[in-house]
Amino acid sequence: MSLLSVRGIHKTFGDNQVIQGIDLDIEPGTVTVIIGPSGCGKTTLLRSLNGLETPEQGVVSIDDIEVDYASKPTPAQIRKLRSKTGFVFQAHNLFPHLSVLQNITEGPIYGNKQPPEEARALGRTLLEQVGLADKADAYPGDLSGGQQQRVGIARALALQPKLLLFDEPTSALDPEIVGDVLQLMRKLAREGWTMAVVTHEIQFAKQVATNVVFIDQGVIVEQGSPQQVLTNPSHPRTREFLRRILDPLADEESAS
Amino acid sequence: MHRWQLALDSLWPLARAALTGTIPLTLISFAIGLVIAVLIALAKLSSIKPVSLFGAFYVSLIRGTPLLVQIFIIFYVFPFIGITMDAWTCGIIALSVNVGGYAAETIRGAILAVPKGQWEASATINLSYWTTLRRIILPQAFKIAIPPLSNTFISLVKDSSLVSTIGVLELLRKAQIIATPTYDFLTLYIEAALIYWAICIVLSFGQRRLENYFDGHATV
Repeated sequence: MSLLSVRGIHKTFGDNQVIQGIDLDIEPGTVTVIIGPSGCGKTTLLRSLNGLETPEQGVVSIDDIEVDYASKPTPAQIRKLRSKTGFVFQAHNLFPHLSVLQNITEGPIYGNKQPPEEARALGRTLLEQVGLADKADAYPGDLSGGQQQRVGIARALALQPKLLLFDEPTSALDPEIVGDVLQLMRKLAREGWTMAVVTHEIQFAKQVATNVVFIDQGVIVEQGSPQQVLTNPSHPRTREFLRRILDPLADEESAS
Repeated sequence: MHRWQLALDSLWPLARAALTGTIPLTLISFAIGLVIAVLIALAKLSSIKPVSLFGAFYVSLIRGTPLLVQIFIIFYVFPFIGITMDAWTCGIIALSVNVGGYAAETIRGAILAVPKGQWEASATINLSYWTTLRRIILPQAFKIAIPPLSNTFISLVKDSSLVSTIGVLELLRKAQIIATPTYDFLTLYIEAALIYWAICIVLSFGQRRLENYFDGHATV
């Protein structure tokens, strides 16, 4: 059985139909990479999976929790769904007034009411895993962008979610530190975490993804293994998109 | 020369009135006022219409009427409804209610200035609305609000002189009491003004220390 199942998501911002009927399944232990042009609805889809966006229609179920957006779910229902997920933001959104360790233990202690000692022990283990054991008492403002994002990942892991959601986790980073974060994500994939990743990192998708989903204009155009979607895309829109991001200068050359 | 003598003789009584009247009056009213301000700010930000309307009504009423009139109304309303309340308590209530209205707008602005991503990140780690406010949003909002709140606090020190009109024994009232038998109001009022000024200079200094302290961490 799928860990996540999405049926018929529709989301509109004003007159703009951002998502126009998306179905998606994610199996436990797999990595789903969602790609697509900017404004295609991929981030909105990801945020609809845990109720950060509220679609007008669609059913999302994760593990044993199901939310039907058409029937106006209560905040409590959305919280239940959300508690199955961990979320890593593009802009990390760390809490600037809390130390690195507090950022990680905040959810376990004040969200899940775990004993503080236990949460702090877990927090230190996680910091070790993301390679920042010596930064426990630093503040987010003292860290580099890559380190901040690794803390963001540790914060998401601390709640031991069933599904990890990544919203363009490396887009705001300097190119030379993107690799650190991607390597950490690959490590998590190998450890068996179920992940859904919105990204423009095609190499990461090729190497780590189980399933690649290409979205354009609010619908899934094509999905399948990285081999199918990235190496031998069957749809012209997928080919066009990949050509543009893999060789951004190609258009101009062919025009001249 | 006896004018200087009078000033010198009244220095300690006036300072004592500041220490036992003006300063505690200001501190207590400000503390209660801040609690009111946070509640009113949250009310104004509420998505529940009657609650946000009440918040807007409160702020409008407090900011649209003179503090002196508010003090008189509170002083006379309690006997009217059959409650005995001494002038001190009335003064504290009036000043708290007033500060609450002004600081509410400051705090509302500061809450809105905390990036939306902080709310979202809190939601993703299972924090409830109230926990998010207490642990994540308000600490950051207060940092943003410190300069304007310090100004409100300093204004309150001076505004507290208005409760002298209902007989609260604070700095200005004491100056009046000392001046009455001597007829030398000018000396006593100047002296009172200088003491208010001295308090405000100390507070401004404290304000800068506080801002520097918060600048130390809590920045992204």
